[in-house]
Amino acid sequence: MEAPLIQFNAVARVYGQGEAEVRALDGVSLTIAAGEFVAIMGPSGSGKSTAMNIIGCLDRPTSGEYLFQGVPVQGLTADQRALLRRHALGFVFQGFNLLARSTALENVELPLIYKGMSRAQRGPIAMAALAKVGLGGREHHDPSQLSGGQQQRVAIARALAGSPQLILADEPTGNLDSQRSHEIMLLLQGLNRNEGMTIVMVTHEEDIAAYAGRKMVFTDGHLSEDKRQVARSSEGAA
Amino acid sequence: MIWETITLAFVAIIRNKLRSFLTVLGVVIGVAAVIAMVTIGQGSSAQVSASVESLGTNVLSVRPGRFRMGPPTGGGGAQAARFAIKDAEAIALLPAVAFAAPIVTTSQTVVAGNANSATTVYGTTAAYLQVQNWPIALGRNFSDGEIAGGAASCLLGQTVAEEVFGGSDPVGAAVRIKTLSCQVIGVLADRGAGSFGQDQDDLILMPIKTVQRRLAGNTDVDSISIALRKSASSADGIDQVSALLRERRRIAIGEEDNFSVTDMAEISSVLTGINSVLTGLLSSVAAVSLLVGGIGIMNIMLVSVTERTREIGIRLAVGASAGQVLMQFLVEAVVLSLLGGVLGIAVGLGLAFVGSIFMSIPFAPSPAIVALAFCFSALVGVVFGYFPARRAALLDPIEALRYQ
Repeated sequence: MEAPLIQFNAVARVYGQGEAEVRALDGVSLTIAAGEFVAIMGPSGSGKSTAMNIIGCLDRPTSGEYLFQGVPVQGLTADQRALLRRHALGFVFQGFNLLARSTALENVELPLIYKGMSRAQRGPIAMAALAKVGLGGREHHDPSQLSGGQQQRVAIARALAGSPQLILADEPTGNLDSQRSHEIMLLLQGLNRNEGMTIVMVTHEEDIAAYAGRKMVFTDGHLSEDKRQVARSSEGAA
Repeated sequence: MIWETITLAFVAIIRNKLRSFLTVLGVVIGVAAVIAMVTIGQGSSAQVSASVESLGTNVLSVRPGRFRMGPPTGGGGAQAARFAIKDAEAIALLPAVAFAAPIVTTSQTVVAGNANSATTVYGTTAAYLQVQNWPIALGRNFSDGEIAGGAASCLLGQTVAEEVFGGSDPVGAAVRIKTLSCQVIGVLADRGAGSFGQDQDDLILMPIKTVQRRLAGNTDVDSISIALRKSASSADGIDQVSALLRERRRIAIGEEDNFSVTDMAEISSVLTGINSVLTGLLSSVAAVSLLVGGIGIMNIMLVSVTERTREIGIRLAVGASAGQVLMQFLVEAVVLSLLGGVLGIAVGLGLAFVGSIFMSIPFAPSPAIVALAFCFSALVGVVFGYFPARRAALLDPIEALRYQ
């Protein structure tokens, strides 16, 4: 059997020492297969962001094992993890995190630069990614000239451009109104359904989590709930 | 990838034009100062060599006392017996010698009508112009009769001629020095600035006896200028002149000379030496401002890293390695300091050019020092850019992304 995309074996992440010790994750085991759309929920301090950072190879578990496609990430060096982010992961953030004073196209090209592609190679890939998120024709706009929803689309295009195996979305609709949120969620859902893109999304809103096919809830560093659900596919359906 | 990084650095620099300019100002000033100092120093060295060459390499100078370039060695000194005109006449008869001119100098004020000029009066003979290889622009040289009889006639240097007579022709006119009224028989050709930038045209020539009798009141000769024959080597000339003078001054075998014979090559090397010491000193002072400039770059790069923490976080998240982030900021610092270096080289060469016109020395830019300044400014960028770049590279991506 092929190794699952993501596998946590008793992963713990501990901050501080002694009295000040905080166990952000306390022995979490979970498995996410390729092609899933998972929503991670939980109150703040529940460990959901820590789990996200570990999945995204931005952080490492204090103990336990994290396998990405069967590869133990906790044993990788910082540079190897950077390579993994470059080639296998795409990030979408709550605050969009686009480079200001760079055009949408330049933002989408950013991960391709680090893949070592020439300008000529990057252009068509970035244009295609922007077209896929519905921003064809706005390649040369600065983030400041785009609405919040459009900025988040640029961020999604940036995550897609590197053709990752996994997109990690951290509160992707946190800064958007409900109409834009719905559009962004349909976009992510479409990527998952039509292209088999694996998506792991952190959110604290139930109606956003409803777009995912699987919901995990974290409480006090533990995975307290993990269930598959019928995804909501249009506004007001849930 | 490296090309992308350089482009990125230029974009970052252009975005903050004023700040970038102020940042590199220290490097600009440092490099400009070093370049200007060295270029002017080399120009004046070239000037020294050229003016010594124009005197002819086969020119000797004889002075009383154990005068040496360098620390005094005792013996003789100022008390040593002066020369007499007869010494010069005897030297002129040596086989290696073409011309010998006795010289006595005195500072005087020259008056003609309402105009006057403070200058140096040289008492010498007609041979002086031959030794110096100095043509006459107007009029004529001294006649043998004028020299022998101590006539009241004189030749003016260009500067004196202009100061005292303005544009008009001074030949045939009279000038007064103290109580001596003296007829101008000619004007010397323009010679320009000397080895130390002194005005070589600020002088009056007179028959030596006239100066001795009417101005100095003694029969001393300060020095003797000697031109050797083309066939004679400088060493031969020095040997012959020394032997003759030891005999004439009755110096016993084993006793030290109480006079000195120097050739122009020696004078030239000493002058060039002084010049390069001065140039080195001034350049090292200027180099300190390069150091200050480097610290300025480090300061701004640190600010820039802090300001762009979020950008660094984004880059790390999309897959940049720490090494790539380090390289980005390092390249930015190097590009910044190289821009400063190039600007400084341009400003420095400009200053040196203007300076060389004012000091009337040759403009002698040295490709070696320009290349050195360029490399040094790159080095400043690397050294002072490394610490901020390392700080950027070591940022924790999670913290960096959260940074507001």
